[in-house]
Amino acid sequence: MSLIRIALAGEGGQGVQSVAEILTEAAYNENQQTIYIPNFGLEQRGGVSIAFIQFSDERIGAPKFNKADVVIALSGRAIGRTAGYSDENTLFVYDSGFEFDEADLPREAKKIIAIPAVETANKVLHPKVFNIIIMGAVIGLTNVVSFEGAQEALEHKLGPKFENNPDLRELNYRALEIGKQMAEKSLQEEVDNNG
Amino acid sequence: MEKIIGEPKKAFMTGNETIAWACLAAGADIMFGYPITPQNEVMHYWTRLAPKYNKGFLQTEDELSAGFTTCGAVQAGKKAFTATAGPGNVLMQEPFGMAEAMRLPVLAIIQQRGGPSSGTVIYSQQEVTLTTFGGNGEGHRIVYSTATHQELYDYVIKGFNTAWKYRFPTFVLGDGYQAKMREPLEMYEPLDKGIELVEAYPLIGVPGQIGVDREPQHLCNIYSLEEELYDVVMQMSEEYESISPDIIEFQAKDCEDAEIIIISHGVVSRVADDAVKILRAQGIKAGYFRPITLRPFPRQQLKDVIANSSAKQILIAESAYGQLERLVKQEIYGETVKINNLFMPGVGIIDFDIINKVKSII
Amino acid sequence: MGMIAPATPKSWYLPSKPHKFCPGCGHGITLKALGEAIDELDIQQQTIFGCDIGCSLLAWNFFACDSTQTHHGRTTPVMAGIKRARPELITIGYMGDGGGYSIGSQHLLNAAVRNEKVTLILVNNTNYGMTGGQMAPTTLPGQITETTPYGRDAEATGYPTRGPEFIAEVTPEGAYVARATVSKYKQLRRLIRNAIRNQMEGNGFSFVEVLSTCPTNWRTNAHQTWNFLEEKMEEYFPVGEIKSPLGKGDK
Repeated sequence: MSLIRIALAGEGGQGVQSVAEILTEAAYNENQQTIYIPNFGLEQRGGVSIAFIQFSDERIGAPKFNKADVVIALSGRAIGRTAGYSDENTLFVYDSGFEFDEADLPREAKKIIAIPAVETANKVLHPKVFNIIIMGAVIGLTNVVSFEGAQEALEHKLGPKFENNPDLRELNYRALEIGKQMAEKSLQEEVDNNG
Repeated sequence: MEKIIGEPKKAFMTGNETIAWACLAAGADIMFGYPITPQNEVMHYWTRLAPKYNKGFLQTEDELSAGFTTCGAVQAGKKAFTATAGPGNVLMQEPFGMAEAMRLPVLAIIQQRGGPSSGTVIYSQQEVTLTTFGGNGEGHRIVYSTATHQELYDYVIKGFNTAWKYRFPTFVLGDGYQAKMREPLEMYEPLDKGIELVEAYPLIGVPGQIGVDREPQHLCNIYSLEEELYDVVMQMSEEYESISPDIIEFQAKDCEDAEIIIISHGVVSRVADDAVKILRAQGIKAGYFRPITLRPFPRQQLKDVIANSSAKQILIAESAYGQLERLVKQEIYGETVKINNLFMPGVGIIDFDIINKVKSII
Repeated sequence: MGMIAPATPKSWYLPSKPHKFCPGCGHGITLKALGEAIDELDIQQQTIFGCDIGCSLLAWNFFACDSTQTHHGRTTPVMAGIKRARPELITIGYMGDGGGYSIGSQHLLNAAVRNEKVTLILVNNTNYGMTGGQMAPTTLPGQITETTPYGRDAEATGYPTRGPEFIAEVTPEGAYVARATVSKYKQLRRLIRNAIRNQMEGNGFSFVEVLSTCPTNWRTNAHQTWNFLEEKMEEYFPVGEIKSPLGKGDK
């Protein structure tokens, strides 16, 4: 696989860094080259949380990048903050559940897609698996890791919690599946629109 | 010594965590440190691991103290280390100076952040001057500039050995990106790779009875006469120069037929490597030179590469405003290659930054 | 019946609001008290506000007063330098327990001994907040921090620093020394006002430690946060005026 660069951004507490951690763990388990670096700055809390993740067969160069292959923005603020990472090759994805300023969307993108992850989490699943839906969506959009690999990495990270409450495992796996389908569907719609 | 890692272990962790494990594997006894971003997690991991392996730790009142307590522990014969960044590195120049003068095998990990002053907590290559020639001495230090987590692991182990074998303060020069990013590496027991750990020994509190089988050890770093100091400094320089060939490390690729040689160090060398590949694929003959030891600098090696290359130009790429360039210039004085530069102080460099710069020069 | 919104101090700089402190942080309360004290004493024009490195640095553009951020632990000497150069200015230095009692301790000690006519406010939340929650000089025995993951061992790392008590010992007459807490706002504001008045009257060194909260690094909920402050911290660090040359009628 050639280099894939993904920027995930959201508000603190949405679980952006957890998703990045689990995805890159999964990639590492599948013997890929992978780098994950969070944005880190002065304030302990309050800024947009961004995770920069990269996947490749070969040794990866810089830990950060100027333009991403996929951007996923999970809040109104995150859209404005990450629009700059989008160029004509970027898949720019945002969650349709948040208010935002249209002017904040990127000027350049290959496709701009809205997915209803937060709405689905709140209505169909549970708010706490919102970020797992996003994880599924990343897989659906890019196939950076296998679905099974992602499940395993999820199990590894959340295993103890699943032991205490087996329903949680079910919930998380469903979220992953739903996120993947959501992404595949949105790509399909784009194709249909253009076709 | 007990085995800490055991069988080689693949791991996916941050640079700071890697360093904590490497220090354990290298046989470090004690760490002294003070909070400063981006190296804090070295302390966080060390304080969790230390009690399990009977290692020591103290968070001191500041970096002056962290540096001097490390010097003290080293004088007493223990493998002590510290880690710092930015303004902390500035403060530690005083204790590092004492280590230079008194030939103390101190190991320090530097995770560069933006400067000057508080700058940023994030990343830079702006502590090159400070780490190579800081303090009021002549830069008799050993500085390894790492680019990957595997190197962080390897060079921490090598660093302890180099320090205790040659008795010059030794530095592993990383940066905030290396500190905070996660990438794969393999941890191992040094002995399993044929790496013997150099024994530590005390300079004070040495074995034997004073007056019976030994003299008291009197260590100093001040002299009454200019001539005394002259002799000390000249002798240190001579020794430093004589061991340099054993310590120098560098990488060079694709330089013989190159039109331009890109010189970079640390994490930037990864993208320089990528840039050379991409440029060559586009028909531009770029070459790559990377000093791994910034001190001692691979001077003869770089001069040889230039002499054997068709390149009339070099490009120095760094996340600083000329700190690597200054080092290179002083080492290759007399060479007539044109020196170009890509200075991006405090900012990460990607392959396209270097590629575009090369295209604008050629 | 309408809600009455608390008034924003006139000396606050509105463009830098809302501020960047974490939810539940005591800095917001302390800076409100300081702002009201500056307003009451009508010294906005002559005030120089200095802050340290750490969470206090987030206050660098907090006030509509001339301000300077300094280095970690170096706020005290910078304020002393300003005051000696321009005695008509009112210098208020703002720092944390790390900046004040750890890296800045030598400066605090010497400024106190010299009775430097500065006012220092030290916010004590028992940890290094900005860098992620490491042990601080005021971390309580047994308290878990990033560098005391098994609880602070006082035998190995010392007992928590009681700064105001030590400063009261080394300062000559004319110094004002007190400890306040964010759990008692009116007292907090009064002690800060007294510490500034002490400088305005040219009496000597003025120092207020403020016991404060850090739920982010303490990893506590609201209830646990206030409990730690009021039950544990205020028990170990006595609150009140420790030394004051101001008239009794001012208490």
